[in-house]
Amino acid sequence: MPFEMISGSQAAAIAVQRAGVDLVAAYPITPQTAIVETLANFAAEGILGGEFVSLESEYAALACCNGASAAGSRVFTATSSHGLAYMHEMIHWCSGARFPIVMVNVNRTIGAPWCLDPDQGDSLSQRDTGWMQIYCSGAQEVFDTVLQAFALSEELLLPCMVIFDGFYISHTYEAVDIPEKEVVSRFIGPPEFQAQVKPGFPGNLHGLSTGEMQLKLVKMRHADMLRAPTLFTDINKRFHEVFGRSYNFIEAVIPPAAKTVILAAGAVSETVRWALPELKDTGLIELRMFRPFPTEQICSLLEAHDVEKVVVIDRNCSVGVGGILAQELRAAVYGMNRPPAVYDLILAGGVDLTVRMLENMLESGLSETRVGHKWGDDMQ
Amino acid sequence: MKIEELNRESELLYSGHNACPGCGAALAVRYLTRALGPNLALVLTASCWSIIAGMPPLTALKCPILHCPFPSAGSVGSGLKRGLNAKGLHDTTVVVLAGDGGTFDIGLQALSGAAQRNEDYIFVCYDNEAYMNTGMQTSSATPYGARTNTAPYPLFKEGQKKDIMQIMAAHSIPYAATATIAYPEDMEKKLKKAKEIRGFRFIHILSPCPPGWGTESADTIHLSRLAVTTGFFPLYEIENGSTWNLTQYVDEKIAPLSDYLGQQRRFNQMDAIRIKALQEEVDREWEALMKRVNAERRENIF
Repeated sequence: MPFEMISGSQAAAIAVQRAGVDLVAAYPITPQTAIVETLANFAAEGILGGEFVSLESEYAALACCNGASAAGSRVFTATSSHGLAYMHEMIHWCSGARFPIVMVNVNRTIGAPWCLDPDQGDSLSQRDTGWMQIYCSGAQEVFDTVLQAFALSEELLLPCMVIFDGFYISHTYEAVDIPEKEVVSRFIGPPEFQAQVKPGFPGNLHGLSTGEMQLKLVKMRHADMLRAPTLFTDINKRFHEVFGRSYNFIEAVIPPAAKTVILAAGAVSETVRWALPELKDTGLIELRMFRPFPTEQICSLLEAHDVEKVVVIDRNCSVGVGGILAQELRAAVYGMNRPPAVYDLILAGGVDLTVRMLENMLESGLSETRVGHKWGDDMQ
Repeated sequence: MKIEELNRESELLYSGHNACPGCGAALAVRYLTRALGPNLALVLTASCWSIIAGMPPLTALKCPILHCPFPSAGSVGSGLKRGLNAKGLHDTTVVVLAGDGGTFDIGLQALSGAAQRNEDYIFVCYDNEAYMNTGMQTSSATPYGARTNTAPYPLFKEGQKKDIMQIMAAHSIPYAATATIAYPEDMEKKLKKAKEIRGFRFIHILSPCPPGWGTESADTIHLSRLAVTTGFFPLYEIENGSTWNLTQYVDEKIAPLSDYLGQQRRFNQMDAIRIKALQEEVDREWEALMKRVNAERRENIF
């Protein structure tokens, strides 16, 4: 299969073209723009296979996806940062309405002040919207995850966000294996999920409900999303059969003697992976799937390795609390018999993680208390 | 239209809906679904009609209704039409239904975007001149001088009603028309004409609201007619943003505006000076409209 030097953004766009979509709804925002531009070029060449429509805002782009998905069409859009925040109402609505929309979010800091660096707070602050979230740490992973996201999303009738860091992944060129459409079609065919809007048939879709009805619907949505890890394992198996690669919802490297594990999502997890040989007795858990949060899988992994300390790399900060991934992890390990201490390295603003920072954090950042956080600039 | 031509089979709105007695919007949707059905899909944004349609799984309409968030109607309509096309369902008429809030205010950006792209659907605004579902708050479609719950006495709505038709004309869309429920044949004719046109079509329907306007439910049709005969809401259509056709008699503007205002409690704090100011505004608008409408068609009716 042909390898090409492409950016993470191009990888996402090519995956969308290979999967085959009925509609791409586009609105530009740095650092996502290259995705919709690449898809526009496919449309210009006549090989997109679906419609390409430029909308007047990110909100409108997702709303347009909403309408097309209601007709049973496969749709895609991409955004970043302020665009994602602007979509917020529609993001909730897509999940409640059970539209299997796949959207790429390229991480970028939300202002003020303006900032382009890849803080993950844009997507993490959408954690309660009922979307699945998968974080990627390289261009190949982006390509593959977009394909997997369509399969997962359409099976569960829940929308899925594929997320990667601005610039570090979106603008970095890597060698990516790009299978031809025929090969991809062995993994994912045309959409088969049911249309909600059926002309000729009455249906009052998503109209006024009672709290009691909502409770039942939320309960169903929750139960369905909790099926994602198991289902993803199956999808991954099929993916491996076709492409010879596979991913899990968490990817772990834990040496036998490791009592400390670093948990990270996105591009920084690759930095950690690269630095592992230099970090004595330290392991890595790369968190790919953030929603649903793989609590069970993480806890059994920590338990199996008798991990004492987890250092979370949080390229975000929920001001007033701390890093979001650390908060999620603390909640997850609460039920363990011997929960590890959870420390947090906060790289808000999307500042880069250096090996030096990691070393300093492991040497001096792990305080006496079982809960603590350090700021990236203090660990340089 | 003859009464015997109306049959139950062509009705898509059933009894048992949740509209208030005398609701203009219920009649407007009854006429529009009858004119455009039965192969019809409705996108419905937050408005009185979110309630009127009934609580799922019940429904008052015999066509699919896709509810959507307040500012999104114009864009959801774009997606639905394109999505249906992708599934080979080219013949379904997609109608976006929004109130004045969802059209003039919070929905304006999506409306403008869809109009500019010349999306292939019909956008219908039923205009009851305020946020009536939330209980009569000022919108930019509220007329000058009206009292609302966000402009309570001695306050009143300042500034003129936004001229949505001129905004739509400026988008050069294939078809735009005004209509109101006292003239059902005119409304039906315009809707059927719109149905045969491809591209973006906009219908602006004035829909009296008894609890909001402070009127008797039995007076809805009467008020709808007075809005036309006072020149407050002229009936016309615009083709391609440039050809304006009057669809009422020129000499149908016969009544003083005070006849219309005087029957609505929302205007009852208006003094003579403000009524005069509004009358002058209506006359100015009428004169401007007369200059725009096709001279040959000025005498035209139905």
